[in-house]
Amino acid sequence: MMEKTLYTLIVHSENIAGVLNQITAVFTRRQVNIESLNVSASSIKGIHRYTITAWSDRESIEKIANQIEKKVDVLQCRYFTDDEIFMQEVALYKVVTSVLMESPAMNEIIRKYDAKLIEVNQTFSVIEKTGNTRDIMSLNEELTAQGGMLQFVSSGRVAITRARIEHVSEYLEKIGEQYGIRNI
Amino acid sequence: MTGAEALIQSLLDQGVDTAFVYPGGTIIRVFDALFSHRPELRQILVRHEQGAAHAAQGYARISGKTGVAIVTSGPGATNTLTGISDAMLDSTPIVVIAGQVGTDALGTDAFQEIDLVGVTQPITKWSYQIRRAQDIPWAVARAFYIAQSGRPGPVVLDFSKTAQNETIDYKPEKIDFIRSYIPAPDPDMERIHAAADLINAARKPLVLVGHGVELGNAEQELKAFIEKADAPAARTLLGLSALESDHPLNMGMLGMHGNLAPNVMTNQCDVLIAVGMRFDDRVTSDVNFYARQAKIIHLDIDKSEFGKNVKPDVAVLGDCRKTLALITERIDKASHKEWIDSFKPLCQEEHEKVIDGATHPKNGPLLMGEVVNAVAQQAPRNAALVTDVGLNQMFAARYFKYNVPRSIITSGGLGTMGFSLPAAIGASFAAEDRMIFSFQGDGGFQMNLQELGTIMETGAPIKIVVMNNTYLGNVRQWQQMMFESRYSCTPMKSPEFGKIASAYGIPYRKVADRSELAEAISEMISAPGAFILETEVMTEENVMPMIPGHKPVDKMIFTIDDDWK
Repeated sequence: MMEKTLYTLIVHSENIAGVLNQITAVFTRRQVNIESLNVSASSIKGIHRYTITAWSDRESIEKIANQIEKKVDVLQCRYFTDDEIFMQEVALYKVVTSVLMESPAMNEIIRKYDAKLIEVNQTFSVIEKTGNTRDIMSLNEELTAQGGMLQFVSSGRVAITRARIEHVSEYLEKIGEQYGIRNI
Repeated sequence: MTGAEALIQSLLDQGVDTAFVYPGGTIIRVFDALFSHRPELRQILVRHEQGAAHAAQGYARISGKTGVAIVTSGPGATNTLTGISDAMLDSTPIVVIAGQVGTDALGTDAFQEIDLVGVTQPITKWSYQIRRAQDIPWAVARAFYIAQSGRPGPVVLDFSKTAQNETIDYKPEKIDFIRSYIPAPDPDMERIHAAADLINAARKPLVLVGHGVELGNAEQELKAFIEKADAPAARTLLGLSALESDHPLNMGMLGMHGNLAPNVMTNQCDVLIAVGMRFDDRVTSDVNFYARQAKIIHLDIDKSEFGKNVKPDVAVLGDCRKTLALITERIDKASHKEWIDSFKPLCQEEHEKVIDGATHPKNGPLLMGEVVNAVAQQAPRNAALVTDVGLNQMFAARYFKYNVPRSIITSGGLGTMGFSLPAAIGASFAAEDRMIFSFQGDGGFQMNLQELGTIMETGAPIKIVVMNNTYLGNVRQWQQMMFESRYSCTPMKSPEFGKIASAYGIPYRKVADRSELAEAISEMISAPGAFILETEVMTEENVMPMIPGHKPVDKMIFTIDDDWK
């Protein structure tokens, strides 16, 4: 069994219905679970960006990336390890306000994790934390231990590459050159 | 004009002259539009939508042009799925246009509604739902560009009634660029040099010729390459006609039922040069024992093929017509006589142990190899072979003679029984100057038998050779080898094919006697149109040699009694 690493795939596609379906189908067919998924607009107009994390080995993730990139409406799919990207996730925690008020440890925990309160009302309060999975999960554990946890939700990872070149822009320039088209 | 008319106009603008069709409720308006275009757009009414898809494949495989099928929604569309999957695995450009319910009814489980785009996404190169008439010229142009360019494949257009009924001002659309899709990337010269260096240093090079050579129209470039490199070449099942059978450097077919010499030599060569092939498991058997000693150069147009099954030392991405030529320019004229001669004893061994007996038996019942060989002897030089799947396919592939490109049409990747008859029909409409032989077993013949009706109606001049062994022979062979001859559901009773032939008005002859075979084939060939030749062949014949499942490619057996377990 090859050792597994958490890879982050960054996919750029046309904004056409059904692309997400095609991307996730590549994972399903190869029996690899998607750990987290985030879809948003990218810096280029009309191009969507997917940030996907999955535990896998290098060989499998490369095959997955190639199969995704093969889809007609996908411009590019690259995979990265954690040391190649800046990444963040955001989590929200809904707790009972009376527990928050009555427990001095609560405030300490919130400060320790650099989290912030975004809502406080008579019934419940909402805490927001931006960071990595590990901190988000351990904040959840600590808050839960205090009692009064109502809801917890965490987003998919968003990531930005550390490289000095922008892979998609480079791709667009390259095909522009091959086809003699400007401003693709 | 209406969307339905715009569809037909778009097809005509793409140069479509033939479509394989079956009407139905949601596509009725398109058929109404077709009615006015009968002379310039030939409409072949098949008898089952699966036949339409396979016919479109046959049309595409023999001509290189995109095959077109037009069917209705729901069952009409789902009946084409086998052909679409087949076209995906065998890189065949087809466009399937299916009716769809109106946009207001989408998602309501309306009559004959299925989520066709959802169903076909994994088995197409592109699948798109047309909801507005104004999108028709764009969608059709895009469909043909995607189906034909790069590594070809199937495209599905799910054509809603709403778009058919709306009216638009038709303006022709041309698409030759999609920014998210590079069909044929420019060759990377570093890789070309690296490949040339490896080939120049090779003492025992072996070239594997795949379907990609034919798809890239690179037959001449391939020949120039192997002749300059003086490299023996072996062909995959789908690559058989990319290099003619009697070329001195042709060493035969690869794979499970391929020839002994190229399979054995795969594990002895020092540089393996794979051109437009994908290291399918029927070629490699267990990859852990496959060409481990060799440096591997892989030429392909599809980046995702590199390392998918076998890891290359040098991957050369691009159109092999260009990459082969660039490599040929950079290699030295070589001579590998000793290496080439080393194939000969193996060829000889296979002849003695298998081929001579299979093609020229002295007594006993007719054999499949014998029938194929006898047909090949009399076939016109540019004849094309269309096979079904199973023993008939393996025997036909092994013993037919390939003289010109695009001479074999067979279901390689998907292994679709029932493929031959409709695919042969499709091929006959794209190559009216070529004689089309459709080889069948008694099993596969009955899987799309209804297409005899299409032959009857259109007069498609297909020469049908049914090799009847009263078994589903390939599975029976495996049952004999691996399941102690427990013939579970493989003996099969068939109707009198002669009566069926006569019901469809197709001339028929049955042969069981060796002495009549050549004359019967001659009668079939000289018949003006379609002909069914049924041959009563040995019931429990096995196709040999064979690489038993998961065994190394160089461990072929010659009879099932050989030690292979």
